[in-house]
Amino acid sequence: MDDRVLSAGDLLLAPPTTIDLRRGLTDRFWKLLSLLAAIVVIAPLVAILFFVVARGLPTLTPQLVFNAAGNTTAPGALNAILGSLQMVPLALLIGGSLGLAGGIYMAEFAGPRVVAIGAFIVDVLLGVPSIIAGLLIYGTVVAYATGSSAIAGSLALAVIIFPIVMRATEEVLRLVPEAVREASLALGIPKWRTTISVVIPVARAGLLTGLMLAFARGFGETAPLLFTARGSNALNVGQLGDPMSALPLFVYQNSRVADDFFVGQAWSAAIVLLAIVLLVNIVVRGRSIGARVE
Amino acid sequence: MTFAPETDSAPVGRPGPTPGDLARGIGTPATGGARADGVGGVELVEVSAYYRTFRAVREISLRIRPRAVTALIGPSGCGKSTLLRVINRMHETIPGTRAEGAVRLDGIDIYDPRVSPVRVRRTIGMVFQKPNPFPAMSIRENVSAGLRLAGERSRSVLEGMVEDCLRRAALWDEVKDKLKQPGTSLSGGQQQRLCIARAIATEPEVILMDEPCSALDPRATLQIEELMADLKRRFTIIIVTHNMQQAARASDDTAFLTMGDDRAGYLVESGPTAQIFSNPTRQLTEDYVSGRFG
Repeated sequence: MDDRVLSAGDLLLAPPTTIDLRRGLTDRFWKLLSLLAAIVVIAPLVAILFFVVARGLPTLTPQLVFNAAGNTTAPGALNAILGSLQMVPLALLIGGSLGLAGGIYMAEFAGPRVVAIGAFIVDVLLGVPSIIAGLLIYGTVVAYATGSSAIAGSLALAVIIFPIVMRATEEVLRLVPEAVREASLALGIPKWRTTISVVIPVARAGLLTGLMLAFARGFGETAPLLFTARGSNALNVGQLGDPMSALPLFVYQNSRVADDFFVGQAWSAAIVLLAIVLLVNIVVRGRSIGARVE
Repeated sequence: MTFAPETDSAPVGRPGPTPGDLARGIGTPATGGARADGVGGVELVEVSAYYRTFRAVREISLRIRPRAVTALIGPSGCGKSTLLRVINRMHETIPGTRAEGAVRLDGIDIYDPRVSPVRVRRTIGMVFQKPNPFPAMSIRENVSAGLRLAGERSRSVLEGMVEDCLRRAALWDEVKDKLKQPGTSLSGGQQQRLCIARAIATEPEVILMDEPCSALDPRATLQIEELMADLKRRFTIIIVTHNMQQAARASDDTAFLTMGDDRAGYLVESGPTAQIFSNPTRQLTEDYVSGRFG
């Protein structure tokens, strides 16, 4: 045997051992597996976009966008588009403000016990099926006060939106470093002023993202509106006490009609729905990213 | 004696109250108006500080000379920072903490029930270990934050104050052309001087510094020390430091703390810095300042 002492360089050039080879294989196996998992997650998204566009594009006409469903000669989805654009912002106003206030309270002011109880309640609310939110408003507002109405629809959507915004707000505020709060308190700035003028601006981008997620969720909900806003073929702008349509309702109701024309309109309305959500996403996210880079 | 609302201000030229009066909520607050040069002497009387049941600081009594630099030195965990935070009631911002004893600013106990912590912190400012400029604010907004968020609206007052404070913090020449850039865009040493400018903007009488140079390079450290020598003509400065050379170079008085068997920090001795370093009365102090322990 060669009695020459092996140098470190020789060790680097030594052929791979079985352990090295096994590690390489394991590494490749797990990489492949995570790639597959990523594909499994992304595939449905691509499939949804593909089917919706493929089925809905041929019937996506000016008639759909500019005429109301009540137009007997050339029905469209304008009443549903405007309905969504009224009810969802109103729901965001109600549920979003409550959620922001609740999240701020949980992150900045509540003691540990309140935080634990509050987090549990928010978890439960997040898990409530959306039809239950509709039933809740049906059993209270619709049955005793307004009847089927846009305002009842907004309230039902607000029930969905509120816990989402509250959870997002709380989590984003918890990411703001304690040093920021201390710096402000040590300047003799009161706690409430610290929260409004120092902590919230730091978390602004994240808060906007939470609101936007809630908006998108509210925009796509059908079930809470079934017993509340109920849907309507008439163009309803501003009459919140009357029944109102919404895009998801339009999609649901038209897809159940045994007529290719209406089913096609349901697909086209789905494109409009996706487009609006995507647009809001891009606008809000673009702005918040801009604010972060600034 | 009456309690002044937080935003009131006295006519210019009238002799103002002493810092003790201010801490008690009497007379002119720091937001505008004239105020007499206070004295700014701090006296600790048997101060103890707790985290839940753990006593971190045990019965420390100490007189701190006005308009001088007092260094608090001692091994890690001996309660220096805790003691410092007791002096402007920042200690109590951590849940589960409390302090006992009295902290007197020109004779007035800042823990008197009639004294609001917000006012205490406006009168006794603080600079932290890690520079913590407000992330969502520009350099200018950082300096003016204390006054702005306390209700000062006059643009001319704020503008003049920003330049004045940045000059006094020896930062003006470096940032005068980029006041609109974020405070976090500066180097570490500049950020710390920005934090000092921010702290002096509320015209406190006392400035607490919690290891202000430990995150800085030697050159930035020297700049801060020079700044302290300048600022002590107007402010009482209390600095916690781990750096013995820094205490020797930059302070007039030194208090040496160490940890007892119960892990609570207590005061070993205090006196003029020259004496503590060259001729301490206690063996423990001599061992520490000569580097034999700690």
